[in-house]
Amino acid sequence: MMTLSKKLCGVAGMAVAFLATAAPALAADLIKNPDAAQMASMVNKGDVAWMLVSAALVLMMSIPGLALFYGGLVRSKNMLSVLMQVFMIVSVAGLVWACWGYSIAFTSGGENHFFGGFSKAFLMGVDATTSGATFSNNVYLPELVFVVFQMTFAMITPALIVGTFAERVKFSSLIVFVVAWLTLIYAPMAHMVWYWAGPDFLADAPTDSGLLWGWGALDFAGGTVVHINAGIAGLVGCLIIGKRVGYPKEPMPPHSLVMTMIGASLLWVGWFGFNAGSNLEANGVTAVAFVNTMLATCAAAVSWALIEQFHHGKASLLGAVTGAVAGLVAITPAAGLGAPMTSIVLGFVVSPICYIFVAFVKGKLGYDDTLDVFGVHCVGGIVGAIGTGIVASPALGGQGVFDYTVFPAAFDASSYSIATQVVTQIKAVLFTLVFSGVGSAILFFVIDKTLGLRPSAEAEQEGLDLSSHGERAYNY
Amino acid sequence: MKLVMAIIKPFKLDDVREALSSLGVAGMTVSEVKGFGRQKGQTEIYRGAEYSTNMVPKIKIEVVCDDDLAPRVVEAAQQAANSGAIGDGKIFVLDVGQAVRIRTGETGETAL
Repeated sequence: MMTLSKKLCGVAGMAVAFLATAAPALAADLIKNPDAAQMASMVNKGDVAWMLVSAALVLMMSIPGLALFYGGLVRSKNMLSVLMQVFMIVSVAGLVWACWGYSIAFTSGGENHFFGGFSKAFLMGVDATTSGATFSNNVYLPELVFVVFQMTFAMITPALIVGTFAERVKFSSLIVFVVAWLTLIYAPMAHMVWYWAGPDFLADAPTDSGLLWGWGALDFAGGTVVHINAGIAGLVGCLIIGKRVGYPKEPMPPHSLVMTMIGASLLWVGWFGFNAGSNLEANGVTAVAFVNTMLATCAAAVSWALIEQFHHGKASLLGAVTGAVAGLVAITPAAGLGAPMTSIVLGFVVSPICYIFVAFVKGKLGYDDTLDVFGVHCVGGIVGAIGTGIVASPALGGQGVFDYTVFPAAFDASSYSIATQVVTQIKAVLFTLVFSGVGSAILFFVIDKTLGLRPSAEAEQEGLDLSSHGERAYNY
Repeated sequence: MKLVMAIIKPFKLDDVREALSSLGVAGMTVSEVKGFGRQKGQTEIYRGAEYSTNMVPKIKIEVVCDDDLAPRVVEAAQQAANSGAIGDGKIFVLDVGQAVRIRTGETGETAL
């Protein structure tokens, strides 16, 4: 995405600028501040093909991946409610994104670094001839490719939230919340982290970027924007909505871990579109992101299984797939920045931390985060976001960061400081927690007081499938 | 006529069915049931949350036979379902007032 720090994306830029054969190749030939026609001529068919496939992969993460992952974990009387919530959120988010979300997130806010404007609302002026920047000088994507790729991120992020208060939320209120949340929390967050003028324009407009991007915070594919954002929003949501009737006295075991495994596996596959696609081009860094995503996930799954083996004497499937998701979350901000071996370390580290949250902290504090969205996505996202500051270091084999304030973008491995970057990462994490936590709490509170967030206790006990949707998942 | 009702461990179903068939038992009804007796339930752990389930899955077999055959049915079922461990199950024998074969309307032992 229009990710990352002021610099980032090194190998990407350089590979294309110096090695590409088809594109205008030599650095000396690079065009600063290209016009629309020049940009349109800087589109690579391979990039376009990869990015459209990536967008479809990210859609698959939400439906059916996340829907089944979550659905299998609830009781059978609430299965359809979860599937329907995810499916409808995806559909509504697509409309919100095209109508105003994209414009708020990815147009310049001028001196306001919190959100963009409405100049591209309803995709005004966005057509087959307009272009979106990548991380390389003089490499562009058709803008609609970028619009739809980012749209799939706006779809999955609010869908992640529903796991915290699954089995006890009023459907219509949830959809109202999602529209408001995408508009007031998600789109500004995406703007602050991912909006910048682009590599060919930043040199002449060095302050034209979102707030966190300007700080130099690194978030390759959405650790802050997607996972911490959704995780903390979910936590405040589940606190405001309250516990399920009967929790924690009644046993509420998952109704089908088979579906959970299918869903988690689809998430894993789709995540290659999410992480490797976030490089916006199809090149060496894309492959780095792909391999890092694979290895961190493997390591986190193994790590979680080992913890359970030692702690309970049995390694569970649910533990393994939960570990895999934690690994995917943790590698997300670091995907195109770390190296394969440091990604493995990140994967091994994230599982025990998430395990502590889902197995101990949740019980101790007594909140009912039904599907552990906070414990896995928010906590895993924080581990990943901070870890990114470490694994991105060229001294550890990481990709380092590019300096886009000069044209063409410059790369100096020795300028990377782990300590400085980690501090920036922590600032970005804290900002996201406060911005999304407080903002989401206000939205939940207002909707709870006006429309009501909870169905009646009878409706909840009957199951949301029948009481909210008038159908059942399984008719034997 | 007697109704022999045996609650057994699920993996013993085939053994019991074979034992009863060899006695000439012509039919049976089998259901999946849950319950508890002296056998403790199992502990299930989902992401660290432990649930102890008191109800253990069992198979219930129901056989109706004439009074003479009943003791042998009970004995065969008891032997076939026995693994020597707690939780092997129970067998109950009840009197049956009437039996009707729906297709022909035959009643009593000829309906079995």
